Amino acid sequence: MPRYAMAIDTKRCVGCADCVVACQTENNVPLGYCRDWIVQEMTGSFPDLFLEIRSERCNHCEDAPCVRTCPTGASHIAEGGIVLVTHEECIGCKACISSCPYDARYVHPEGYVDKCTFCIHRVREGENPACVSVCPTHAMIFGDLEDENSEISIALRTRKHKALIPEAGTKPHVYYLL
Amino acid sequence: MNSKMKRREFIKIAGAGTGAMVVAPKLYAEFGKKDEELLESGSAERTPTYCEICFWKCAGWVYKKDGKPWKIVGNEDDPNSRGRFCPRGTGGIGAYTDPDRLKKPLLRVEKNGKQVFKEVSWDEALNFIADKLRDIAQKHGPECVALFSHGSGGSYFKNLLAAFGTKNVAAPSYAQCRGPREEAYLLTFGDGVGSPERTDIVNSKCLVLLGSHIGENMHNGQVQEFSQAVANGATVITVDPRFSTAASKSKYWLPIKPGTDLALLLAWIHVIIYEELYDKDYVKKYTIGFEQLKQAVKHNTPEWAYPITTIKPHIIRQTAREMAMHAPATIVHPGRHVTWYGDDTQRVRAGAILNALLGSWGRRGGFYFPAKAHVPKPPIPKYPKPRRDWRKAFPDQFPLANLALSSGICDATIPSAERNCSFKAWIVYGTNLIQTLPQPQKTLEAIQNLELLVAIDILPAEITGWADVVLPECTYLERYDDLRISPGRVASVALRAPAFKPKYDSKPAYWIARELAKRLGLEKYFPYEKIEDYLDYRLKAIGSSLEEMKKIGVKLIENPEHRFYLEEGEDYEFGTPSGKIELYSTTLADYGFDPIPRYTHHEEPPDGYYRLLYGRAPMHSFGRTINNPNLSQLMKENEVWINRKVAEQWGIKNGEYIVLENQDGIRSRPIKAKVTERIRHDAVFMVHGFGHSDKRLHRAYHRGADDQKLISRVKLDPIMGGTGMRVNFVTFRKEEA
Repeated sequence: MPRYAMAIDTKRCVGCADCVVACQTENNVPLGYCRDWIVQEMTGSFPDLFLEIRSERCNHCEDAPCVRTCPTGASHIAEGGIVLVTHEECIGCKACISSCPYDARYVHPEGYVDKCTFCIHRVREGENPACVSVCPTHAMIFGDLEDENSEISIALRTRKHKALIPEAGTKPHVYYLL
Repeated sequence: MNSKMKRREFIKIAGAGTGAMVVAPKLYAEFGKKDEELLESGSAERTPTYCEICFWKCAGWVYKKDGKPWKIVGNEDDPNSRGRFCPRGTGGIGAYTDPDRLKKPLLRVEKNGKQVFKEVSWDEALNFIADKLRDIAQKHGPECVALFSHGSGGSYFKNLLAAFGTKNVAAPSYAQCRGPREEAYLLTFGDGVGSPERTDIVNSKCLVLLGSHIGENMHNGQVQEFSQAVANGATVITVDPRFSTAASKSKYWLPIKPGTDLALLLAWIHVIIYEELYDKDYVKKYTIGFEQLKQAVKHNTPEWAYPITTIKPHIIRQTAREMAMHAPATIVHPGRHVTWYGDDTQRVRAGAILNALLGSWGRRGGFYFPAKAHVPKPPIPKYPKPRRDWRKAFPDQFPLANLALSSGICDATIPSAERNCSFKAWIVYGTNLIQTLPQPQKTLEAIQNLELLVAIDILPAEITGWADVVLPECTYLERYDDLRISPGRVASVALRAPAFKPKYDSKPAYWIARELAKRLGLEKYFPYEKIEDYLDYRLKAIGSSLEEMKKIGVKLIENPEHRFYLEEGEDYEFGTPSGKIELYSTTLADYGFDPIPRYTHHEEPPDGYYRLLYGRAPMHSFGRTINNPNLSQLMKENEVWINRKVAEQWGIKNGEYIVLENQDGIRSRPIKAKVTERIRHDAVFMVHGFGHSDKRLHRAYHRGADDQKLISRVKLDPIMGGTGMRVNFVTFRKEEA
């Protein structure tokens, strides 16, 4: 079984938000909502400054609180560890939204909860998620952690990296190369 | 405002027509629409295009799913995009779906003593324009007609006007943007930088950026190479009063005092020469004027530059040495928008001289020689020879301007005793002159002196409100256009074919220009009724065809003979008068300008005022994307960046709305304050293109503030007429917001 994960190279990312637009058109995300977004975090004071730019989304946690709290089983873990929501089974109770430490979910205007799917429809065809495939700075890597020769396994082995809010203990699978 | 200004009233497209009110846009516009008009419903999955959202013109594919617009992605074979679009190109679908688009031709008429737009047929609009143009040609001569153009369709109107008998074709991309850069490089190396830029960033080991915020401007191929160079460990040296995205990726950030870049460049040249760090063989073989240069910069020591620039001498030395260490794989980037202070040709030339000393022109990791393609055009009759052109309006001024000046044509429209004819008609294609040209009050005065103003555009904008006739063009996703022929590491040709039928009553630019030509008896200059036949002619001339290009989108014109770099010790003749790289410019000397750049001090902001800087955001192309449904949500309004300490002095809180007032008392719309450490204390910054005043732009109307309105002063570049725009100062008006 593969274990899918994503790594975002904060050194390359310029925060252009192409990933956000590409996700929107690829997945028909309604205008005004998004499944991924950009965060710019500035530290220091003039002129000694440090800026980290990140593209963020669902972390596809191994120990996913959204799946645990879902009363209908709509939120579930699919192949490769991808966390999905079955729209037809979702009653829009928002328990998952309050349990998610990453604020990765939103209520779609049609009533169900929606979020990043790692573009599972593309991954099944052997393609990268839309955000990864368009990124003009090649800042995003998607792949299988079980395959030690995959680009992402190599990047995580050779580069300093972090995950967000590790203290939540959800075992996230989106990494940031530093 | 003088009384004359009242003659031509601004008409909001909102008041247009009779009962043709647009339905308010739904929040989730268009995507779910079932009755989408499509060319080949469901059959064609993808259509080739090249992007029109910016000048980089990346080639890609427009996808439809179940017959509905779906997405646009890059074409893998395209050297400009390398298969990856930037956010604006990806969001290009919103240009098509935008419900605020112009829908019908509009004609200015008087109704109950008030000027309004009347919706008219294309026939009526085009006949009106043709009659007026004929009348103006008869009364004043065809030379009194000018074209302002930005975008792919401009070439048809250029052809039309040349056939009509006028050469007055201007683009704000020259005197308001990269003109000084092209002239500076022509003067130094005998060749321009071009677009896409010939910078070999991907192979460079050291990249020097002066105010050029790569990554906030999404010049696609260049951003891709920048990010690769950063990943490769290249040293980036960023000179910017603002901690830009590029600065955050840099080894050195030099937060220079705005307006003093030339002093820093001269100090760098000084260090490179006096520490003997320059490429001696290269300088000896390829350049002239080294000794004069050495003499000229003798006093431009880092210690001299320190109080001017506020950059410490040891940092100036250290960065100069770093440049030399990596040379010739070092690029002192020529920038793109360089009309800042009026001595811009000289400032950019100082960077060019530095590149010459480092030996980076024609070297790997520096500047390469781009491969170019020649694609023949079908023959047309010779154009008539105009009796005069825009230059006549400015005797002995801007002698080295190679292109017409938008600002110059604007000035020459205002009657003057020295001229026997002013411009009487403007055709404005795809450029919102009110926001594009500095000193909008001058533009409006010029407009009042016109007998005809035609605006051809996709969206209502400030300029359409002042037009006599507004012609709704369809978007690039709904039309063929001329081929995109790009120079680069490999020359390429790209096709734009329509993915959708034109919405509303909009028409392609080719059709509009040809219909006007027909009415003016100039049809022979547009020999093909259908642009498809014209494209097929050109494509067959390079061994392809329209049919083939519809399948592949991009064709590479490989030339195995082409060399990108100079060979070791190669004899090479540069395109300058001397055939050498001119450190000392004989041309500038001939015209009485400084043959070697010299530092001049620029006016500084008075107490309580801050220099107004402006720039780009990655998801917007000036004003033209602000209303795009997909892109507006990424950045709805601009903010003014204010240094934290300055904000504390004024009691301005982050996120608070304030009004900016410039040195001439001109006030902005309220704009949100971004209180940040990321900018110096003596400047403020805002993204250009916001603060639209047309209500019909539902997502752009009154979002943020328009920087151009605050640019009521410019400094003219005496060499080529560029309008330096970073010479305005603003203060804060809290109570007005």
